[in-house]
Amino acid sequence: MESPGEAPVDETHVGKKKKPPARYWQELQEEERKDENKVKNDAEQSKEAQQQEDDETQKAKKRKQDQSPSDGEKVKPGKSDPFPGPAPIPEDRLQKFKRKDKLKKPHRKQHKLRDIIARSEDASEMAQKQAARFDLLLPEEAGFLEGDEDEDTCMISQEDIAEAVDITSGAKYFNLKLSQFGPYRLDYSKTGRHLLLGGRRGHVACIDWTSKQLMCEINVMESVNDVKWLHSEAMYAVAQKKWLYIYDSNGIELHCIRKFNDVLRMQFLPYHFLLATASATSFLQYLDVSVGKEVAAICTKTGRLDVMCQNPHNAIIHLGHANGTVTLWSPNQKEALVKMLCHQGGVRSVAVDKTGTYMVTSGMDKKLKVYDIRAFKPLKSYFLPAGAACLSLSQKGLLSAATGDVVQVYKDVCSMPVTKPYMAHRLRGTVWGLHFCPFEDVLGVGHGDGFTSMLVPGAGEPNFDGLDANPYRSAKQRQEWEVKALMEKIQPDLISLDPTELAQVDQATWEQRHQDRVEVLGFDPLAKEKFVPKYKKKGRSSAGAIERRKKQVAHEEQRDVIRKSVEDKVKMEKERKERERKKAALSTQKSALDRFKK
Amino acid sequence: MKVKVIARNPDDYVRETKLDIQRVPRNYDPSLHPFEVSREYTRALNATKLERVFAKPFVASLDGHRDGVNCMAKHAKSLSTLLSGSCDGEVKVWNLSKHECVRTFQAHEGFVRGMVVRFCGTSFFTVGDDKTIKQWKMESPGYGEEEEPINTILGKTVYTGLDHHQNDPVFATCGQQVDIWDEQRSSPIRSFTWGVDSFSSVHFNPVETELLASCASDRSIVLYDMRESTPLKKVIMTMRSNTLSWNPMEAYYFTCANEDYNLYTYDMRYLAKPIMVHMDHVSAVLDVDYAPTGKEFVSASFDKTIRIFAKDGGHSREVYHTKRMQHVICIKWSADNKYILSGSDEMNIRLWKANAAEKLGVLAPREREAANYSQKLKEKFQHHPQIRRIARHRHLPKTIYHQTKELRIMKEARRRKERNVRKHSKPGSVPVVSEKEKHVVTVVK
Repeated sequence: MESPGEAPVDETHVGKKKKPPARYWQELQEEERKDENKVKNDAEQSKEAQQQEDDETQKAKKRKQDQSPSDGEKVKPGKSDPFPGPAPIPEDRLQKFKRKDKLKKPHRKQHKLRDIIARSEDASEMAQKQAARFDLLLPEEAGFLEGDEDEDTCMISQEDIAEAVDITSGAKYFNLKLSQFGPYRLDYSKTGRHLLLGGRRGHVACIDWTSKQLMCEINVMESVNDVKWLHSEAMYAVAQKKWLYIYDSNGIELHCIRKFNDVLRMQFLPYHFLLATASATSFLQYLDVSVGKEVAAICTKTGRLDVMCQNPHNAIIHLGHANGTVTLWSPNQKEALVKMLCHQGGVRSVAVDKTGTYMVTSGMDKKLKVYDIRAFKPLKSYFLPAGAACLSLSQKGLLSAATGDVVQVYKDVCSMPVTKPYMAHRLRGTVWGLHFCPFEDVLGVGHGDGFTSMLVPGAGEPNFDGLDANPYRSAKQRQEWEVKALMEKIQPDLISLDPTELAQVDQATWEQRHQDRVEVLGFDPLAKEKFVPKYKKKGRSSAGAIERRKKQVAHEEQRDVIRKSVEDKVKMEKERKERERKKAALSTQKSALDRFKK
Repeated sequence: MKVKVIARNPDDYVRETKLDIQRVPRNYDPSLHPFEVSREYTRALNATKLERVFAKPFVASLDGHRDGVNCMAKHAKSLSTLLSGSCDGEVKVWNLSKHECVRTFQAHEGFVRGMVVRFCGTSFFTVGDDKTIKQWKMESPGYGEEEEPINTILGKTVYTGLDHHQNDPVFATCGQQVDIWDEQRSSPIRSFTWGVDSFSSVHFNPVETELLASCASDRSIVLYDMRESTPLKKVIMTMRSNTLSWNPMEAYYFTCANEDYNLYTYDMRYLAKPIMVHMDHVSAVLDVDYAPTGKEFVSASFDKTIRIFAKDGGHSREVYHTKRMQHVICIKWSADNKYILSGSDEMNIRLWKANAAEKLGVLAPREREAANYSQKLKEKFQHHPQIRRIARHRHLPKTIYHQTKELRIMKEARRRKERNVRKHSKPGSVPVVSEKEKHVVTVVK
């Protein structure tokens, strides 16, 4: 970086030597020196970064100086760049974009591999730095809510918040009074623009909730267990009394899927185009919505499945059971990947955060527990007097828990012990569905008396990625995105606990791989063939002769082993003798000091 | 109470007019992009499949010769010009961009054995079965003028090949001996022999320009220094090499096309063992030419196929064949690294793409970016079994497919036999000879 103060001042036609104007940083530097102790940490960090950069560029600099000594003369003594090198990047921001640890350097003999690894690591480091720098340019900032002194944030009412914020944001707090077809489940689309409501008594409505525009409203004349958007806002699935139905955004029934019966809960895996359903008959089924095929049907044998959530990090489905266990499922395995005993009573609700690190569960024992699901270890346990019926985690990690007709929102549940909620709100009926709206500071609550959209500052991710989920996309952009997304649909067999497994080196031993091969083929291709003596003419293939020949071949391998071991033994013996001989020769040699011996 | 909620101004995210392009704000936070690896893998798989879908290497066929095409020469300065000589002594000059012949004349009686364009690109030399070396002007004669060589040298023996020096008016021919000629003189300034009666090709080193290499009929490859009076050294192999080509980037390497279906890359400093044996052809290899990047080379074979090898790859990355193409006699890789030219027995010259799936013509910047991205992805996931299977699959003519299989069985049998012999003889008496060492008989200095 070059600073404008560095420019050489032309002095020929000005008699008096001009002093360059003081720059803002020169004063700053002096101030900094004064309170150096305060900012020492920061300075050290930046220094370290600079030093690294320096080391890297030292050679280049040296070369430059050698080439053009005139450059060196131009720089005036006593003046130096106040901000040498590129701007330092804060460590935590670099950490955010870190993909993996550095590889161990291979042996020097493997110079090609060494070179490849070094180069790829350089590239990924540069990408990491660039991404971290780009973070500064993100346009939006996250929301927050701070109380005044001795004011609890949980005492602030929704009306006050809606009044305090701007009109468009204030309008995001609203109630829909729908007492007729009561309690409602809901789902937000992936972009957060569209809301889907499903009333227990058959009322299904989809709404563009920001503009409050009703897209369609139907009554399916059957009880509705759950509703879910599919990959875009053009289609949604409704789990009805008997079967699973798919409707389009105009409310036209597209499919009735009779293979999926008595569905209670659904989850949609957007990158796999899989609709996972949990049924009252304890079946977990996966439907590929891009081709309309059932991918897997797993009988969990654990009774009625009405607690379900997905891990957005690795597309594993979590099911909660009446005996207090939470089980993890993938479509590739008929048994649960993991079974965790989480609660004394039944599990009422499960939620997983978007990084796939924490799982929050609530049970009949009125406890709220936080688990680290990478290590399957309990982290925190809270006691809620009323117990939480529904849980939902937001993009920024806020936890909302519904206890009866009260919705409580907690902050930082996973990392530090929490004593009181961040926000609370009482509704008219018992809560039935709970969902944070992606990319908005909004919590949607479906309850017995309709739907409430709450403002929860700091809940949503402020900066969306336009290529992934763009709330402002046009119809054309949606079409393009749909094609792209379908093209890179991840196959269901790639679902595993560790989503980065695919990029790791397969270090299975030969024995392991051979065993797998034998299992797949059903026989051992490398097994030794059984010796069958050739048929010989002229009476030489009599039973006795055949037996003799067989005997010759039998134990051949064993003989080989024995021969080898005997050879080894002989060799060792020889070596030992040689050693002894040398030793003896050494001992018999007379040294000059022997004459002092008695 | 202090409160802020996310409030976006839609104007910042939606394009202003219909004429603008759509705004796409980005956020590279990894947590917003889950399943990175799986998605990249899927993309790589798709890219690999699309590559196979778009692999249409054949561009054009240049017909007009009335006998098999025996030799070709690239123009030194012009990318679009190609010269070819056929077995009936006719020479044709082609305009590759228009796919048409611009000039035809009878250069020799009998075969045109070799041709080379002078480094300046204004004239070229041909040798033929009529024991003559002729120099021709590059531009065609004016209206009414006769096609006449600038210079004709009458030799005593048949010449089978020639090559021109990189930047001096000196050229080399081979026949019964290797001759170095000055352009101004009618007799060779130097002649090399080393106890053999015929050479099939001679090539100047492109970097150490005074060095030459030639393939002899006594199964040897001989290296010469033009400034010395005797040859430098030679390596004798188990079978005869037809021709060789120097690597233009690392010019101490050369690759020779052998009669035993293989190609061998040698380091000229260490001839005792080839650097790499390139196998895949199922018949004698007749010609080889390096890409200007020096990373790949193309070979033409008697088995009616063309194969492209990486310079350090033991097996080919690509095979080209058509129903009508017969024994491929000569092959050239164009100087812009994009095309391959093959001349074959059935009188045609064929123009192929060097990268079968590459899109020809000008690429839009986004197109190029997408191509680069998918290329990188393919590289990254190339070792995954499914991707490798798709990327490696090539359709082969039935005969070649079966011949390959047969050769594989034969090789396996030989290996098994050798193993058995070793097993039943005194330990150490049957040494293990690697594939590289197997084909070299001796090195003579």
